[in-house]
Amino acid sequence: MTTARTKSLSGAAVPAVQRSPLTDALLNRRLWLTVLGWTVAVLIFFPIFWMVLTGFKTETEAIAEPSLIFSPTLESYAEVQQRAGYAKFALNSVVVAFGSTLLALLIAIPAAYSMAFLPTKRTKGTLLWMLSTKMLPPVGVLVPIYLLFRDTGLLDTRTGLIIVYTLMNLPIVVWMLYTFFKDMPKDILEAGRMDGASTLQEVLYLLLPLTLPGIASTGLLSVILSWNEAFWSLNLTSSNAAPLTAYIASFSSPEGLFWAKLSAASTMAIAPILVFGWLTQKQMVRGLTFGAVK
Amino acid sequence: MRVIRHLPLTTLTAAIAFAGQAQAQTEITVGTVNNNDMVIMQSLTDAFEQAHPDITLDWVVLEENVLRQRLTTDIATQGGQFDVMTIGTYEVPIWAEQDWLTPLDDLPADYQIDDLLQSVRKGLSYDGTLHALPFYAESSMMFYRQDLFSDAGITMPEQPTWQQVRDWAEQLHDPANETYGICLRGKPGWGENMALVSTMVNTFGGRWFDMDWNPQIDSPAWQEAVGFYVDLLNNYGPPGASSNGFNENQALFSRGNCAMWVDATSAAGRIFDPSQSQLGFAPAPIAETPKGSHWLWSWALAIPASSDSKDAAREFVTWATSQEYVELVAKEKGWASVPPGTRVSTYENPHYQEAAPFADFVLNAIQGADPTDSTLEPSPYVGVQFVGIPEFQSIGTQVGQMVAAALTGETSVEQALQAAQRATERTMQRAGYLD
Repeated sequence: MTTARTKSLSGAAVPAVQRSPLTDALLNRRLWLTVLGWTVAVLIFFPIFWMVLTGFKTETEAIAEPSLIFSPTLESYAEVQQRAGYAKFALNSVVVAFGSTLLALLIAIPAAYSMAFLPTKRTKGTLLWMLSTKMLPPVGVLVPIYLLFRDTGLLDTRTGLIIVYTLMNLPIVVWMLYTFFKDMPKDILEAGRMDGASTLQEVLYLLLPLTLPGIASTGLLSVILSWNEAFWSLNLTSSNAAPLTAYIASFSSPEGLFWAKLSAASTMAIAPILVFGWLTQKQMVRGLTFGAVK
Repeated sequence: MRVIRHLPLTTLTAAIAFAGQAQAQTEITVGTVNNNDMVIMQSLTDAFEQAHPDITLDWVVLEENVLRQRLTTDIATQGGQFDVMTIGTYEVPIWAEQDWLTPLDDLPADYQIDDLLQSVRKGLSYDGTLHALPFYAESSMMFYRQDLFSDAGITMPEQPTWQQVRDWAEQLHDPANETYGICLRGKPGWGENMALVSTMVNTFGGRWFDMDWNPQIDSPAWQEAVGFYVDLLNNYGPPGASSNGFNENQALFSRGNCAMWVDATSAAGRIFDPSQSQLGFAPAPIAETPKGSHWLWSWALAIPASSDSKDAAREFVTWATSQEYVELVAKEKGWASVPPGTRVSTYENPHYQEAAPFADFVLNAIQGADPTDSTLEPSPYVGVQFVGIPEFQSIGTQVGQMVAAALTGETSVEQALQAAQRATERTMQRAGYLD
């Protein structure tokens, strides 16, 4: 074993802290994992970074050879704002994303409760069947849903989109809640029951507070999925209920240069959900790892 | 205090008055594409609403393919979400045949219907009746760099041929200096590479179908045309040509990377810069026949039969396609920005001729395109760069992908065309055109 020596600030040689090979290996491993983690994070974030950057370029710069050196301009943001009212689309996105999440949670919590705590022999099958609805390409049911919406007056309404998004996210919400509820010890609910709690009280005062991180992360995921959904919002809305995904789509064109404007519009569209995600990342991570370590 | 006591009554009166006013307003929803001319139309909303105080406009602006899917779903299900739809010459006769569009046969006298270019009018009519009004129209033509041509001692003839284009491309191709002989559409799609390839097939003497709707894609004319296209673009085109559409080529040409570019006439206004005089214009090249050598496309405004506000919609479409609108755009945005290709009066206007020196080429190209007679041998369909049947969108896109595969070298031209022939035969059999 070699004895490492380093120089102190005063110049005198002092013995360095000796490390065992095991500590070195652990540090080495940690370093590599950190590098790997950062690499993956940078790779995932790069398209968003490039989009934000492109929003500050001119149209000619946006389509030219990729470059990090340019004089930033706000002209695309000004044009985007002038051409379409951002606030109207943003409000629709907020109402629809949060409305559908709330509705999905209202339906999914009792459903997941019954499946987690009062399972039958068909529970697993029901769960799989619910998930199988996600396997159908949405375009396959576009015409029937369009006709239903036309006849019920739901086309181009926020209510219509809330219903569709709720149905779209319900399988995932139920699955996630089911997993969280399953991890909760049954004894706690039983103790509550022994003390005379009704089912509603059991859910409200025991289950929900104890699984709140899980419910929060499920809700957050549902909000993000609804916020980013484009197929249904483009097909079922026109002018009144169109959310930010429709706003982005209005800046793409097969004729003429549009990358800078499209990037500016996209940055404005993802900004609220990015900030929201950033503020709630603790809850999200806590929820997603909930029950992982006992 | 007095004011507060009367506040509920005042509010109620105001609300009733507002409701009454709101009831008198007709709101029309206009579905349109995000092209420059449409963006200008959207920006002039106030001018229309001031002239028509009882009508308000709601805009739904979408990318072309998204809009097409959205409008098709709505009109096929009679959804009634749109009062005005922006559609092209491909959709108009097909949708009119289904009675999905309101015929526009009683237009006011001051609309000056005879001022519309004849070929465009023909393309938007079904059974002799207009079913959509042209907002702007385009054909195809050739753009070239005059500086490179004069340096090489080449004089552009009045009507270039594809063989000449190939010779010039060979002469001017200088990849070391990022100057490529020619830029053409390579991105697959019925409205992308197949718009150009169809005109090449036409002028090389080919056609999509014979009179009995038998596909002709493996015919010698197709082999020659597609073989020529692939060879030209692979040898003298920019790298990665198979992913270049209109926008990519416009950017390349604007940066001086292409000696020649054959594409939509609507590009002329976008790339013309009065301060630089090196931009040259020429008609689209020809080969065996001039027939169908340049396409015809028009973005037009139509009123779906499912609209609840047809009268207000008619007010809008006649305003947006009128001579008055052209003059309004000229006043607000300049003559170079007026929608091209629809009215004779625009091309006769000296201000427009001055602002757009390419006007004659565009006018000749549009007037010379005949969607009812675009092939050397007779064909049963209407359309220059498309076939006016509902199945063509899928056929065109599928064949476009196979042509793009030949361009990238994944398959040979012969294999690509044989596969395209078989796929088209299957589609036509399923659709009941063939036994």
